[in-house]
Amino acid sequence: MSEYIIKNGNVFDPVQGIKGDKKDIAIKDGKIVDKVGSGAKVIDASGKTVMAGAVEIHAHIAGPKVNLGRIYRPEDKLFSCTPTKGMERMGGGASIPTTFKTGYEYAKMGYTTAMEAAMPPMFAKHVHEEIRDTPIIDEGAFPVFGNNWFVLEYLKNHEIENTAAYIAWMLRVTKGYAVKVVNPGGTEAWAWGLNCLSVNDPVPYFDITPAEIVKGLIEANEYLGLPHSMHIHPNNLGNPGCYQTTLDTLRLAEGMKANNKFGRESVMHLTHSQFHAYKGTNWGDFESGAKEITDYVNKNKNITIDTGNVTLDETTTMTADGPFEHHLTGLNNLKWANCDVELETAAGVVPYIYSPNISVCAIQWAIGLEIPLMMKDPMRCYITTDHPNAGPFTRYPRVIKWLMSTKARETQINAFKHKDKVLSQTSIGSLDKELSLYELAQMTRAGPAKSLGLGGMCGGLKPGMDADVAVYNFNPDKPVADPEDIEKAFSRCAAVFKSGVQVVSNGEIVSTGNKRTLWVNAKVNDNPQVMRDINEKFLKYYSITQANYEALGHHFVPNPYALEVDATHV
Amino acid sequence: MTKTVTDVICPFCGTLCDDLEVVVSDDGKQLLEVYNACVIGTEKFLHSQAKDRVTRPRLRQADGSWKEISYDEAADYTASMLAKAKKPLMYGWSSTNCEAQSVGNEIAEISKACCDNTAAVCHGTTLIAVQDIGLPTCTLGEVKNRADRVIFWGCNPAHAHPRHMSRYSIFPRGFFTGKGQMSRKMIVVDPRCTDTAKMADVHLQLEQGKDYELLNALRVAFKGEWLPDVVAGIPKEKIREAADMMKSGRFGIIFFGMGVTQSIGKNHNIDEAIAVTKDLNEYTKFSIMPMRGHYNVTGSGEVFAWQFGFPYSVDLTRGFARYNPGDTSSIDLLNRGEVDAMFTIGSDPGAHFPISAVKHIASVPSVCIDPHLTPTSGVSKLHVPVAFNGVETGGNCYRMDNVPIDCRKVVEPPAGMLTDEQFLVMVRDRLKKLKGAA
Repeated sequence: MSEYIIKNGNVFDPVQGIKGDKKDIAIKDGKIVDKVGSGAKVIDASGKTVMAGAVEIHAHIAGPKVNLGRIYRPEDKLFSCTPTKGMERMGGGASIPTTFKTGYEYAKMGYTTAMEAAMPPMFAKHVHEEIRDTPIIDEGAFPVFGNNWFVLEYLKNHEIENTAAYIAWMLRVTKGYAVKVVNPGGTEAWAWGLNCLSVNDPVPYFDITPAEIVKGLIEANEYLGLPHSMHIHPNNLGNPGCYQTTLDTLRLAEGMKANNKFGRESVMHLTHSQFHAYKGTNWGDFESGAKEITDYVNKNKNITIDTGNVTLDETTTMTADGPFEHHLTGLNNLKWANCDVELETAAGVVPYIYSPNISVCAIQWAIGLEIPLMMKDPMRCYITTDHPNAGPFTRYPRVIKWLMSTKARETQINAFKHKDKVLSQTSIGSLDKELSLYELAQMTRAGPAKSLGLGGMCGGLKPGMDADVAVYNFNPDKPVADPEDIEKAFSRCAAVFKSGVQVVSNGEIVSTGNKRTLWVNAKVNDNPQVMRDINEKFLKYYSITQANYEALGHHFVPNPYALEVDATHV
Repeated sequence: MTKTVTDVICPFCGTLCDDLEVVVSDDGKQLLEVYNACVIGTEKFLHSQAKDRVTRPRLRQADGSWKEISYDEAADYTASMLAKAKKPLMYGWSSTNCEAQSVGNEIAEISKACCDNTAAVCHGTTLIAVQDIGLPTCTLGEVKNRADRVIFWGCNPAHAHPRHMSRYSIFPRGFFTGKGQMSRKMIVVDPRCTDTAKMADVHLQLEQGKDYELLNALRVAFKGEWLPDVVAGIPKEKIREAADMMKSGRFGIIFFGMGVTQSIGKNHNIDEAIAVTKDLNEYTKFSIMPMRGHYNVTGSGEVFAWQFGFPYSVDLTRGFARYNPGDTSSIDLLNRGEVDAMFTIGSDPGAHFPISAVKHIASVPSVCIDPHLTPTSGVSKLHVPVAFNGVETGGNCYRMDNVPIDCRKVVEPPAGMLTDEQFLVMVRDRLKKLKGAA
């Protein structure tokens, strides 16, 4: 493999505590190294910002509901199609881009790793086919467990060991990465048209509460010692007053400690926290609960969160929270798609327009920015748009602009139709914090990598780590004249390396890289009971046979990278 | 000695049964018996063993006779045909696996083709309706485990999807449906008294072409509003009875077929059927599902969508993907005479397109990739026989409820025969050279 040296850049690397020092970054054989030979190709980064490749902790970029969005929204392709160009296959779609476009867009912004946030296990093959067709970036996928019949039945009796054995089996057959929970119990209730809106609402028939499911899954996750923590989208998403349910959910992690060999310290990841931080009793008195949520998270070190920033775009919402999407179509009367998945989960899709002329949308925008600005530890709060739910991931540069510049925030606030309401219902007007580049690197690189258990592999520029490097046309030594320059600089990288291969040069794709599929291979003791239960459920209740369930073979996962976990000693 | 291969997937219809058992000879070269499959599925497997099977590509000669050629020559012909054409049409894809479809899309992109699948003459109208109004649906296992109200509208699974009712919809005993058929009410809407209709608790034998009216009347009946005495030939009492039956269920499902998608009203019928389903979700839980025909037409739509953004009738001629059924759909392109090369794979437009369109196929350079002799292979200039997907090669396919199932190879193809994917890779590599693509 070729050698590179990125010279004289202003390096920001939280892993080594480097805060903008002018340093050279050397790359050899796909890794960051101390030094390279004189023959190494030189990339001049003087006057530029150098960071590790960014890590996406939560996005919906591959799989059945994403593709359902593509299929049923031809309008999303209007004016967003890109032709075949050099290395690039043609692409299309604004909020739900095609797989090729997804890979290119991430890479051009300096992202080299991304996690698909909700994989219905029965559709794992579909998820992996799309991941295979998403070039450049390393990807993993989180199978959903919060409404799975096995989990509900085991956890009703608090059988942690069985739950863990089941999770290990599921991660192996679906090539999954982590334990995802979406509206625990509520989505199973949705199969009967019902929901669980608090952590204590019993799940119909299964007679277990969301609280028991969440606690049990954290325990099983730590029993196994998986790289990532339990990753949760709590009950009651998106309703005024939902912050109380969120706090009730966060409290379930109290007293729990992380157990793993990957350097992860959290036991719960609260995703798209913006959607879970609403106060008020209706859409009229709707207000921000960002302070309540961040106060709690600031105090409790075993929790990490991501933001879910509203970007004020027309987008496509999609989630395994089936009842929520039904509720949403009732609010906006746009087309509703839903798919219930036997024994496992459900999903819904509804287009949504976050209009700056609607006060609720503007308040959501403000909450999404308040959360990262109020978080004291940037290593525990990560920037996402819950792509495409709060906005497309291609808007990250804009979110970064808002976070790095009070001027940019003021401009946007002044552009809102209901500016006064935004200022009275949130504290966005009084926050004068501007994110530093070091904090940005924590929130988009080192932080999410650590939470995912990939802290030793990516998210930093320490010698020995994967050579995922992004060089931005942004000079930190010069004052920012116009906030738009921030957005511009973070939209297209000067150079991006993925595992030591240069994939982007001057904002253009120059290689499709060496994409890998990340998954977790957890070894557990033989568990005949769980194997018997699996066998029985397939015989009686699944509509496909057990032998045809596994995503196996080169056409699904052509380039796997397994993180090994040994839980047999327990 | 023989070997039995279990958990075999049936590559015939969208039901995509995956519990077949196939007995093969010890050397894996002969397929002897098929168990658990319906009569159509069994025939599909056994047909691969036909002694008169064409095993090499054949090129039509000036005098109308066929000349056997090698796969290399066939790939050369196909690549140069696509390279020369200004607006080639690449149609079919529904009876091959997703890997072949994927390579096909690469070829289409390089040759700036129009790509379409059999949805164009089948459930394309459904897709248009879904783009209008959405789709509340579920997997077939949900139906098996929960459904107590099952409606078949304009479809006849007893003949077209023979194992659908026994595997998923009517007879199985699921988790919450322990009494099987006894726990379900079955409504069939069909102008004909089909074998499916004969099994129904309620058969709404509507006047042909009045589906929209009846669907609309059901929506009125759900709300308890005024109805005329007779709608679509059905007395209002019977409509109210059916509406109450639907509302009173705990979990219901509407399966619909070509009887509504391709009869008068087309996509508007489906709009209304989906609206019925949406309305019912105000009272109980209801889903709706198209009865897809070919075993992987769903997969073709999925692959098109994640690679190009649209599920069928995709036009790449401008170098990016456009979608406008009626303009970019196969029959319309052919009838307008815009197509200057025809590439068919895994489908038989010769048997299903209007004669005017088939005549145009016959008038341009054309390739048909199909293991069978079909009306399409008959009118094509080049016929490339390939291994049977799902019998002689594996590959991923999507069931009618979008569940992916990886097909199995159970027997070796005749010596020297290529799979769809292998042949398409040869074409792609040649085309890249001809076009100087990266």
